[in-house]
Amino acid sequence: MNTFLSPQQIALEPVAGPAAAAVMVSGLTRRFASGPAVLDGLDLHIAPGEFVALLGRSGSGKSTLLRTLSGLDPVTAGSVRRPDNMAVVFQESRLLPWRRVWQNVVLGQKKDEASRARAEAVLVEVGLGHRTDAWPLTLSGGEAQRAALARALVREPDFLMLDEPFAALDALSRLQMQRLVAALWQRHRCAVLLVTHDVDEAILLADRAVVLEAGRIRTDIAIPLDRPRRHTDPRFERFRQTLLDALGVHDD
Amino acid sequence: MFETFQPSAIRAHALTADAVSAFLPMRSRLPRWRDISRYVSPLALVALWQVSCSVGLVSTRLVASPAQIAVTAWSLLRDGTLEANLGISLLRAALGLSIALLAGVGLALVSGLSRMGEDIVDAPLQIMRTLPVLALVPLFILWFGIGETPKVLLVALGATFPVYLNLHKGIRTVDPKLLEMARTLGLSHGQTVRDVILPAALPDLLVGVRYAVGVAWLMLVVAEQINAESGIGHMMMDAEDFLRTDIILVGLMVYGLLGLLSDNLVRGLEAWLLVWRPLSPRRGDGA
Repeated sequence: MNTFLSPQQIALEPVAGPAAAAVMVSGLTRRFASGPAVLDGLDLHIAPGEFVALLGRSGSGKSTLLRTLSGLDPVTAGSVRRPDNMAVVFQESRLLPWRRVWQNVVLGQKKDEASRARAEAVLVEVGLGHRTDAWPLTLSGGEAQRAALARALVREPDFLMLDEPFAALDALSRLQMQRLVAALWQRHRCAVLLVTHDVDEAILLADRAVVLEAGRIRTDIAIPLDRPRRHTDPRFERFRQTLLDALGVHDD
Repeated sequence: MFETFQPSAIRAHALTADAVSAFLPMRSRLPRWRDISRYVSPLALVALWQVSCSVGLVSTRLVASPAQIAVTAWSLLRDGTLEANLGISLLRAALGLSIALLAGVGLALVSGLSRMGEDIVDAPLQIMRTLPVLALVPLFILWFGIGETPKVLLVALGATFPVYLNLHKGIRTVDPKLLEMARTLGLSHGQTVRDVILPAALPDLLVGVRYAVGVAWLMLVVAEQINAESGIGHMMMDAEDFLRTDIILVGLMVYGLLGLLSDNLVRGLEAWLLVWRPLSPRRGDGA
């Protein structure tokens, strides 16, 4: 099993340089009023098709970085380059309650006869084919997040941002969603930035884990484990220790 | 706005209710005592009223007896007096409400969707809102005479405020998270207004309409009792000159029924337009 090299690991080596990056952040600084910098000269490159997990304590600047990357916050100092074709999945599903699930999926896209078929195909892909015509307020938390994921995927983004997308879900739904995201990423191969508090989630899904502290990148490690990954893998435990250390969580 | 709602809890509740009625087939077929008991007290009061009038405890000059009211209502219906006056009243209310809806929605859109619009529109409306509209009656008579215009305009003016205030609030309190989502999806300004802001404000608009309907009847009562030559209010004022308390009470009943019917109409509209809400109409929004 260990000898198997997944395709993205082979592909990763040559494109690791900034020239081929899908996302390139350099010298990004942001401060509110006269307080300390929330982001402090931050550099981050994400290669096309690379899955990066962004970890950090509350207030480390994760949210600000994501808001800047998604275009919700302006770039005031430094530069950000990212694909135009990007999508965001938030912690809350943020579906419009007054549009049916499939209408939410194709919201903002050109309407034609194929819209519904396109929405249905993606909903089937995320395992929500049976709720196509449902009203969002009747969905469970897990179902709503699946719909939000479908709304992101239908745009076939080059860059997908996931902002703690499973944080509000129960433990079982979270496991299912993590598997779903892993499978979808294998199929769609877009660059992904996953913001999470969950170290295990980062190791389970990402090619690279980046730990943010006081607006700077404190740790940036590759996670070259084979997929599918298992918690029982001894190397999994080593990565967990490294990341927990970086986050300032010690055993003593 | 929607966090408090738990669909699963409500479904579970409905399930238990079904289960209970399935186990009690006899009880569910018979009207339950709970349903009947609500009407016992009002019916007893009406009976007491009738008895008091019949034995002469209460003078019929002050209050007509229920039987007399029923007879009078029937005769007013037979000679067409009630229909004619009701028609006029309905027309005034409908006209006034239509104007109020157009004005209220228009103004709320202007002040809700643009900062400049809010600066121009909101302040004067908030000031005018504090004026008791009924105090404008003498001015309206001076300006518009005693024809239909002041009556319709009085209804329109009174009903505009609840429509404006509620829709404006609805537009301003749209969940900012949904607006952010619309931005990340690349929705244009027009699309955001059409697909996110207006549907989000619709529940508030409908609450405003329900208040507006109530205010419209109130305004109409006053308008029709001053210098009117037709309408339910006029019919009641006319009856006062002849001490016909029965006709006055018929008028009161008609006003009550109109209020009840129009409120139900708006509730029906709510249930139809807000079908996406698992529980509609919302609790605690009673006008």
